[in-house]
Amino acid sequence: MTTDIDATAGKYLRDKYAIIGVGETTYTRGSGMTTRALGTWAIKNAMDDAGIPASEIDGMMSYSGNDSTASPMLAGDLGIRLNFYMDVQGGGSSSEALIGLAIGAIEAGMCETVVVFRSMNGFSQVRIGGTGARASVPVGGDALHAAAYGWFSAGQNFSPTFMRHMYDYGTTPEQVAMVKVIHSEHASNNPKAYYKQRVTVEDVVNSRMICKPLHLLDCCVETDNATALIVTSVDKAYDYANTPARILGVAGRVCKPRIDMHFQHGPISTVAGHYIKDIIYRNAGVGPEDIQCTGAYDAFTFTSMLQLEDYGFCEKGEGGDYVSSGIMRLGGERPNNTSGGHLCEGYTHGMNMIIENVRQLRGQVDDYCPVDGNGNKQHTFNYAEPAAGGGCRQVPDVEITQNLGWAMPGTGSSLIMRKG
Amino acid sequence: MPQGEYLGMTLTVLDLDQENLAYFQHCADHDFHLQQCADPDCGLIRYPPGTACPWCSGREFNWVPVDARGEVHSYGEVHHAIQPAFRERAPYMILLVELDTQSGVPTEHEALRVAGNLVDADGNFAGPDLVKQVGIGSRMRMVFADVADGLALPHWTLDEDAEQPDSPWRYPQEVNGV
Ligand SMILES: [Zn+2]
Repeated sequence: MTTDIDATAGKYLRDKYAIIGVGETTYTRGSGMTTRALGTWAIKNAMDDAGIPASEIDGMMSYSGNDSTASPMLAGDLGIRLNFYMDVQGGGSSSEALIGLAIGAIEAGMCETVVVFRSMNGFSQVRIGGTGARASVPVGGDALHAAAYGWFSAGQNFSPTFMRHMYDYGTTPEQVAMVKVIHSEHASNNPKAYYKQRVTVEDVVNSRMICKPLHLLDCCVETDNATALIVTSVDKAYDYANTPARILGVAGRVCKPRIDMHFQHGPISTVAGHYIKDIIYRNAGVGPEDIQCTGAYDAFTFTSMLQLEDYGFCEKGEGGDYVSSGIMRLGGERPNNTSGGHLCEGYTHGMNMIIENVRQLRGQVDDYCPVDGNGNKQHTFNYAEPAAGGGCRQVPDVEITQNLGWAMPGTGSSLIMRKG
Repeated sequence: MPQGEYLGMTLTVLDLDQENLAYFQHCADHDFHLQQCADPDCGLIRYPPGTACPWCSGREFNWVPVDARGEVHSYGEVHHAIQPAFRERAPYMILLVELDTQSGVPTEHEALRVAGNLVDADGNFAGPDLVKQVGIGSRMRMVFADVADGLALPHWTLDEDAEQPDSPWRYPQEVNGV
């Protein structure tokens, strides 16, 4: 997989940057706070996690769909004086892309340490599922070719892609349901998860149909939350509280040949990961076989499966087997979304899966395991539910993780990190 | 400026949106047209409407009549509708119909895949029984839903003149009888 290049050359920046702090707010359905307040608390939590003062942060970036608050407002609240900020339009897969752009901003000399955040009242204000105020907006221009057909929410938009995968490869509802089953197992050991209840394949395929092939439990949980992480160069990263998560490579917003109506370019059951893999593994100097823990974006059960397949974790068309084999379960060969992800922990547009992998790489995942006198987790590696004497969700000896960010079938991003 | 109410939505084509204006005017005439690249080395037809050619970046094009028939390439079937007026029409199908015209051109996996809802021959939203008859491989022809002067939406109905597959491919699990 690995192309033999000197990726430590300036052009590639492999291993020269790191994530030093992560933080979030409680996942709720009804935060009772503005996105400004939520974002401020998430950034403060990330600062406290890193042990970094406001005076040592000078960059800030965020993404949203006009449903957040701009960086300078949050920076001002926290006493952070910015040398650089950028707030962009973007949904899923923007997290990885902005980490790459933060590296670029630092490399260009514009700033030295950058906060990336996403703040969203994704349940109580702007619901990505499209209910509420979004359901009755005027339809014009290019939306006449989609929204006018009741083809509007993410699930509706992606459904022909998912359906065609079942047709092309014989993927079954029961195979795909295993994504939810496994993520629910992980979430049961995550005190932060919005849904902690373990579910079965029968629970998923008997839950009510939303948009074929998506049942209710194939869809993620809209929540109110803010999430933040802090990126700086490796020469500063070791000055702070945690073992840095070093960034081996990043790929951002890689697209299929068409992005509006990407269905014109097939196979439509192939997603952007097909292109991303040629960039991310080259930049990182590792291949899928080296990845010990994945964060495959699970807006839907299908999005994890399609990405794992197109990045090369299994052969094309064998995603159904991969996700139902137990490989991605805690204790399996390559666990996926150990926090429970969007399906169970909460929908964040991708940030929580990066935060989780940072904590995995530190060996300090915030599960139900005891904490010693030095504040370090004493993991039991018992992945049963807490009530059954388990409660752990730490992957043992994890050195390399990958995030597979999804925006839509035609667009995605990726991030590979290693233990510092 | 073509504008009309349709299923509880206000649909608008701005006067400055030249490509969509022409596209939907042809639909309002019930005469499906698409843009064909005018570059003699290219000549490819494109969907949806756009300002330049996705294959050669050419700016010049002509609107050409296109035979609006094809085969269901994939679909979604909405049971939990979001937009209010769609709720009473659920379950409804979102069809991607691959036109016979330019199928597999310029490369094997490229095609003109035109979206629309499943409707009956008179253009009414399909009822649950008709929904169950349509799947991947079904042969479809276009019908239009009139919205306003200069604005109609293309939809799809089963092509009575075509040979239909014995059983088009449908989602393998039918839950609670739906
Ligand atoms: Zn052309």
